[in-house]
Amino acid sequence: MIWEGHNQEMSGHISPKSTYITIFGALMVCTILTVIAAFINLGNLNFPVALTIAVFKATLVVLFFMHIKYGSSLTKLIVGTAFFFLGIMLTLTLSDYLSRGWFTAPRGSTAAAAIRSVTGPLTTGARSLEETPQNNSPK
Amino acid sequence: MPNGSITAHDEHHGHDHPALQHHFQDLEQQHEASTLGMWLFLVTEVMFFGGLILAYTLYRIWYPTAWALGSEELNIYLGGFNTIVLIGSSLTMALAVRSAQTGAQRATVGWLLFTIALGLTFLVVKFFEYKEKFERFHVPGPNFRFEGPESSHVQIFFSLYFALTGVHALHMIIGVGLMSVITTMAYRKRFSPEWYTPVELGGLYWHFVDIVWIFLFPLLYLVDRSHHIV
Repeated sequence: MIWEGHNQEMSGHISPKSTYITIFGALMVCTILTVIAAFINLGNLNFPVALTIAVFKATLVVLFFMHIKYGSSLTKLIVGTAFFFLGIMLTLTLSDYLSRGWFTAPRGSTAAAAIRSVTGPLTTGARSLEETPQNNSPK
Repeated sequence: MPNGSITAHDEHHGHDHPALQHHFQDLEQQHEASTLGMWLFLVTEVMFFGGLILAYTLYRIWYPTAWALGSEELNIYLGGFNTIVLIGSSLTMALAVRSAQTGAQRATVGWLLFTIALGLTFLVVKFFEYKEKFERFHVPGPNFRFEGPESSHVQIFFSLYFALTGVHALHMIIGVGLMSVITTMAYRKRFSPEWYTPVELGGLYWHFVDIVWIFLFPLLYLVDRSHHIV
């Protein structure tokens, strides 16, 4: 082949067909697994299990179909950074919302808000401010 | 064909290839830059869908009952069928890129057409799913109807369902459009093993849209099934 000069081969790696078919098979198996898992009552674990399988499937697609496994370090860094920042967004937001009500502030205002955070999201801030002891605090 | 004049080891005269732009040293560097640029775009898409999925997760934590009720209204068979169709389209897309890499031009066109057909299948199924939602008044807005005390919260579920699947379907429509252009280019023999960047980048986009659905299917259709059938 005349194309074998190193600067002529664009991406530097051509996966064999068998790789793609194997990955496709793995994705199908994972799809069946996620459907089966959904019909088994795992309580609170259904959501994390579904997410874990989805993350695994997405990783397979990114590594093999999207060629990140054979990509340059710079591309890997960019992709890794993106998921890192996605992780920050998810973790910090959820750690805020999920931890509301875990701790009680000195004058008890967050405890009142916490009870309502179970029943209604958007109203909690407004209501708890009205009823917060700050409004009728001493003096 | 202009490609005929290319010599494989001619590193110092990289301007030979018509696709090579003058500010790149060689096609490999140009390809690297193109791939990186595409990934930067996809990274912004990750954040975009990530934000929507975060909204889904928060409301799911607040209204678990409404989420289970809403999720049960979705057709698991159609959703599952579309999942298989979309993962299959990722396989045909990967094979299209591989064909372009190896210079199999007719196979490239074939796999791209196969990919477009699967993408359209997905959209047709989605159309019938949406149609059913309209007929049953499950579309958020003044005409929304849902029995029971959770009605207003189920409406939030359907708002997020339409936001997530709607934006995803829009990406699919754009993807089919992109693939049509790339297929035409492939049919006109514009690609060669040394330059097939549009196929590669179109593939990256297509796989990304597939990944989004990999998350949407379990999150919207599946995750609360076991909590209500008992």
